[in-house]
Amino acid sequence: MALVGDNGAGKSTLIKCVAGINSIDDGQILFEGNPVTIHGPKDAAKLGIEVVYQDLALCDNLDVVQNMFLGREIRDPIFRLREAPMEQRTAETLKSLSVTTIRSVRQAVATLSGGQRQSVAVARAVLWNNRVVFLDEPTAALGVAQTRQVLDLVKRLAEQRLAVVLVSHNLVDVFEVANRITVLRLGRNVGVYEKDKTNEREIVEAITFGAPAPEEVVA
Amino acid sequence: MSTAAPAEVQAAAEDQDSIAAILRARWAAIRSGDVGSLPVIIGIVAIALFFNSKTNLFFSAVNFQNLIGQAAGVTVIAIGVVFVLLIGEIDLSIGFVSGLGGVAVAYFQQAGTGHQYPGLVALGLAILTGLVIGLVQGSIIAFIGVPSFVVTLAGLLVCQGLILQILGTQGVIGIQDVQINDISNYVLTKNTGWIVAIILTVGLAAASFGSYFSRSRAGLPTGNLFLIVFRVAFFGGLAFAAVYVCNQAKPRPGLPLVGLIVVFLVVLGGYVASRTTFGRHVYAVGGNAEATRRAGINVKLIRILVFMISGAMAAMGGVILASRLNGISLESAGGGTILLDSISAAVIGGVSLFGGRGRVSGALFGGLIIGMVANGIDLVGYSDAIKFITTGVILLAAVTLDTVLRRRQTAAGR
Repeated sequence: MALVGDNGAGKSTLIKCVAGINSIDDGQILFEGNPVTIHGPKDAAKLGIEVVYQDLALCDNLDVVQNMFLGREIRDPIFRLREAPMEQRTAETLKSLSVTTIRSVRQAVATLSGGQRQSVAVARAVLWNNRVVFLDEPTAALGVAQTRQVLDLVKRLAEQRLAVVLVSHNLVDVFEVANRITVLRLGRNVGVYEKDKTNEREIVEAITFGAPAPEEVVA
Repeated sequence: MSTAAPAEVQAAAEDQDSIAAILRARWAAIRSGDVGSLPVIIGIVAIALFFNSKTNLFFSAVNFQNLIGQAAGVTVIAIGVVFVLLIGEIDLSIGFVSGLGGVAVAYFQQAGTGHQYPGLVALGLAILTGLVIGLVQGSIIAFIGVPSFVVTLAGLLVCQGLILQILGTQGVIGIQDVQINDISNYVLTKNTGWIVAIILTVGLAAASFGSYFSRSRAGLPTGNLFLIVFRVAFFGGLAFAAVYVCNQAKPRPGLPLVGLIVVFLVVLGGYVASRTTFGRHVYAVGGNAEATRRAGINVKLIRILVFMISGAMAAMGGVILASRLNGISLESAGGGTILLDSISAAVIGGVSLFGGRGRVSGALFGGLIIGMVANGIDLVGYSDAIKFITTGVILLAAVTLDTVLRRRQTAAGR
């Protein structure tokens, strides 16, 4: 599924609420049909919700393994880190996503390229047994080849039977990977469109003017 | 000959773990700004050679003993500074917190006052004082968001005031308690010294090889076995050499107990920083606090705990300094260069002021450099003016190096 909308439509805010970063003022979150309360990132993680933020939320000074397991380190009962299993699982996850350009998982993230950093952020989200992964503008800062890599990565996530919510400005990307498209405008849900039954023009109109029925626009 | 050469070339190319390959990788790392302990080791050697050329007293056994005692207090305080710098904050109160630690330990052992406790209890109360100060300062910084610079500057003044208040009437409290005085003044017997060296070497070997074999069992890259052996032999040799030299000292041969305390605290601090989840989160907060928060880590708690560590280490350092003088006075309690020496020690030891980079062992190296400069300048007979200028120049060099390296690392990234 894709979530689209103009600047200020509330896409990132919505994601932050679901991820437990911002608290919600009103309304409720339904997860698999049941109302849930999310007070912090840990609650969201427990439900199987993972978010890849637009700014990636990586610690530059830590290496790939340390970033992948940040906040959920494998440790023994007296808080000692167990590096070996963490390093193994990092390598496996990167391999399963066909990320081959990272030379060493013990490299500091500061030394990686933009696309590699994006890959690490995505891999972190799929490291855990998740149900749904939110990707906030994953291609906004990337070049052509790197965008290609990330979109392929998104497709592979879907193949691994994860629900993927892609937040994007870029309708070409959206139409390539999404099955359903939800349009937000000024904080409100304008409508949900099936990819096969809509086109870019209809989505652009929904983003800019809200969701008038097509005949109203003509009139 | 001619047939053997291609095979050799091939073997060398295949062997990724060869010494040459490791040196090449190390050189590449240095060029991209990851210099490790290299500058500080070069600095230690250069300073030692310089003073040795000026006076033959510098390389004497008794001066080595003396140097350990001189550098110990600042080094222990600097361990706490490392943690604070790692989360990208600053603690200016450590000087007078150390003074307050010294006052507390002296106060709680004072005979005939109604608050005389055994030495170790007084020590515990002094460290508790540091913990409480850290808790208060850390809470204000973490919950209200007042910059640490201002909070700890206020803390500096408050602690200075408290010291004046407590010492004001008499100006000095002597320490008679044997246990407390032993902290800085006891020397281990020769044989105990050797046993300590053996335990340190065996412990380092066990840790190094344990990690090597657990990694190789898990099928992960292990690093070169020869280099690990070399490292264990080098640091083990250093421990034995230190014990040997101290055992030659006259009139009181033997390794100073305080040296062992410093090494223990550095190893403990290093272990916490690099091998525990808490330590990992400390580095993460220094790297990107917002990302750390989004990863579900309680950043406020980490900040508070780090300031508590800083307070406790400052108090411990203060106890060591007070024990060395067998008492605490208005002149010795936390004033003078203690604050700047401790922060300088951490920075010279390679800990970045920008947060997230550096090691606890940097406190030991930096403390050693600061101690060597002070010790050597006193021996040669230069004035305090020269001492301040030299320390200032070394500090500036260390921070400049850190800034340049940081830029290099970011440049190597993209």
